[in-house]
Amino acid sequence: MSSIALERYRRNYLNISYTARSWLLTTDHKRIAILYMISVTLFFVLGGIAAMMFRLELLTPETNLVRPETYNKLFTIHGIIMVWFFLIPSIPSILGNFLIPLMIGARDLAFPRLNLASWYIFMLGGLFTFIAVITGGVDTGWTFYTPYSSIYSNSAVVAAIVGVFVTGFSSIFTGLNFIITIHKKRAPGMTWSRLPLFVWAHYATSLILVLATPVLAITLGLIALERVFGIGIFDPTRGGDPVLFEHLFWFYSHPAVYIMILPGMGVVTEIISTFSRRRIFGYTFVAAASLAIAVIGFLVWGHHMFVAGESAYAGAVFSGLSFLVAIPSAVKVFNWTATMYKGDISFDTPMLYALGFIWLFTIGGLTGLFVASLAIDVHVHDTYFVVAHFHYIMVGSAVMAYLGGIHYWWPKISGRMYPEGWGKTAALLIFMGFNLTFFPQFILGYLGMPRRYATYPPEFQVLNVMSTAGASILAAGYILPLLYLLWSLVNGPLASDNPWKASGLEWQTSSPPPPENFGKIPQVTFEAYTFPVEQN
Amino acid sequence: MAQSVAKPVEHLELGEREDIELNSLGMWVYLASEIMFFGVLFTAYIVYRHAYPQVFAEASKFLDTRIGSINTLLLLSSSFTVALGVNATQRGERRLSLMLLAITVILGLGFLGLKFLEYSHEIENNLFPGGSFNYPGTNPDQAKLFFSLYFVMTGMHALHMVVGIAFVSTVGFLTWQQWITPQRYAPVELAALFWHFVDIVWIFIFPLLYLVA
Repeated sequence: MSSIALERYRRNYLNISYTARSWLLTTDHKRIAILYMISVTLFFVLGGIAAMMFRLELLTPETNLVRPETYNKLFTIHGIIMVWFFLIPSIPSILGNFLIPLMIGARDLAFPRLNLASWYIFMLGGLFTFIAVITGGVDTGWTFYTPYSSIYSNSAVVAAIVGVFVTGFSSIFTGLNFIITIHKKRAPGMTWSRLPLFVWAHYATSLILVLATPVLAITLGLIALERVFGIGIFDPTRGGDPVLFEHLFWFYSHPAVYIMILPGMGVVTEIISTFSRRRIFGYTFVAAASLAIAVIGFLVWGHHMFVAGESAYAGAVFSGLSFLVAIPSAVKVFNWTATMYKGDISFDTPMLYALGFIWLFTIGGLTGLFVASLAIDVHVHDTYFVVAHFHYIMVGSAVMAYLGGIHYWWPKISGRMYPEGWGKTAALLIFMGFNLTFFPQFILGYLGMPRRYATYPPEFQVLNVMSTAGASILAAGYILPLLYLLWSLVNGPLASDNPWKASGLEWQTSSPPPPENFGKIPQVTFEAYTFPVEQN
Repeated sequence: MAQSVAKPVEHLELGEREDIELNSLGMWVYLASEIMFFGVLFTAYIVYRHAYPQVFAEASKFLDTRIGSINTLLLLSSSFTVALGVNATQRGERRLSLMLLAITVILGLGFLGLKFLEYSHEIENNLFPGGSFNYPGTNPDQAKLFFSLYFVMTGMHALHMVVGIAFVSTVGFLTWQQWITPQRYAPVELAALFWHFVDIVWIFIFPLLYLVA
């Protein structure tokens, strides 16, 4: 007992200083991760409130709660905030930032000051987006399609674009920092084939962050230039091509989906291995699958324009390439399953999230094959089927992985254990609430309900009521962890250094880690996921 | 100043060497990102030139090829001087390095000055696509696309020139302050890398916009 009591006073990254200055000017990757965690959570709440409002509106076929114009602004704000201020930064900027140096045995990222700058840039971008929200909102949808966004919309498009543009630099710098860190900062003996798959996933993600984000930046910049100076290159009245905008936009925004899901896959890989007490099945294939997804992800953007006037030939090629993504994705799912086979599985909260992830990712992925098929896409394009599909990936999978990761590493991050009973309750609530919210939307979409309308024919009401009811359960499921994790900061039992008996380097330092991560830089002599782990 | 004694690069301490590698690798990755940034504009250019080749050829005649050529010359020379500057820094020739960096900045400023002149002529002649656009040639609508691309591409390039000049000036200042030494030359190398990149972008912009007539 006394050793645990001592732990409490051990010097760590949280208790070395309590001043605001020590947080706002920190270059410690762990503290910056916490800064991201706080700001990203606030954005998540904001985006969630918008979603709750339009879900309430959709309880009835007519408009009762908000006017259609407000409805348009609500789903736009929901999309912009959730995509760029929650999903993109969530796992990389919080868990990646916190864990990559710990996992590879480094004292910090390659460029600690750039890391802090990235957070400030992120907040500056967030500020602009927030201004856009309070000065009347944006009604273009998060996709900013031209010519509506560039010529006709009377809402705060420029403020929102500046926000997204600025935040893009935060993504680029974070990705750059990760790439250089993984290349150059690995501890002696930490070879590429010994890297945790979480790190491999972040490496693949970082490549996308660095190579895709600038495309979005300049593309949105061109809309802003058109609105402010009249320099329009997408204006159809002068021979400009609005579909070119769609091509450029999706050249970023499709890979962006992999920015959201690849880190989640990394998290799930760690959790499944730990709670099955087995080395991950087919390590090399899982690592290569991350890179394959990143590379192929760059070649599929055209599947968003099957009905936008793309040539049949281009459509066929993009459809085929989109099917290809299914291969590395399936490799991962099968390898997770194979890892669990004959494993010594325990169903702690993180594992529940990981299993939920596999389930939801499989549904989201398989319905992705539907929408990647040319003929079926003509039927379901711009319907709730697509909405359900991408929410299964971006919310179902990515958020499950994020929360699973937060629970899994919470003892390391905070030095405290969360309440296990509440953790399991929330994980189950989220899984059920999510399916109740989005599964009916597959049916709605297949029956032909288009997305982005405030009203719908009365025969769709039952399914919409189910969806809204599910959203309330989902909201409760999201609020629970927020409450009990905060509670656990003070009241949770103190965590040991390696509560899950996991194999990674991050578990070999104390919980929470000291500011310099390791007393002595570790010499790595073992492969990743070596079980059983000797407790010291 | 014991520090300013020239030390061949090969004999750098391990830590310093790693630092330089880290920083220049970081810059290369950043430049990859920049390539994608400009890549969008070049893509748009390809799409529209392919759609309206005659219009682009005609509109290109309204650009000032003389200023464009002089500017190309200025930039090429500045790439040369900045490269010599890095070399001089590594060899510990501080004064020479300072001079070369200063020439680089002056050449860059010269480029921007001429660009400014060129822009003001074009705006006077109502070739700026916003507001009072008044194109004397045929197909003014599609020519507007050409001039939109012209102003965005050269504008973004000029913006990068401003950053590059600030960057080279800063490392020049650090050289003057003797903060930069033959052991600690990474910032000069980074500034030069960035400078070369901005230069290369111009090498593509110049023929595509000025010489397609």
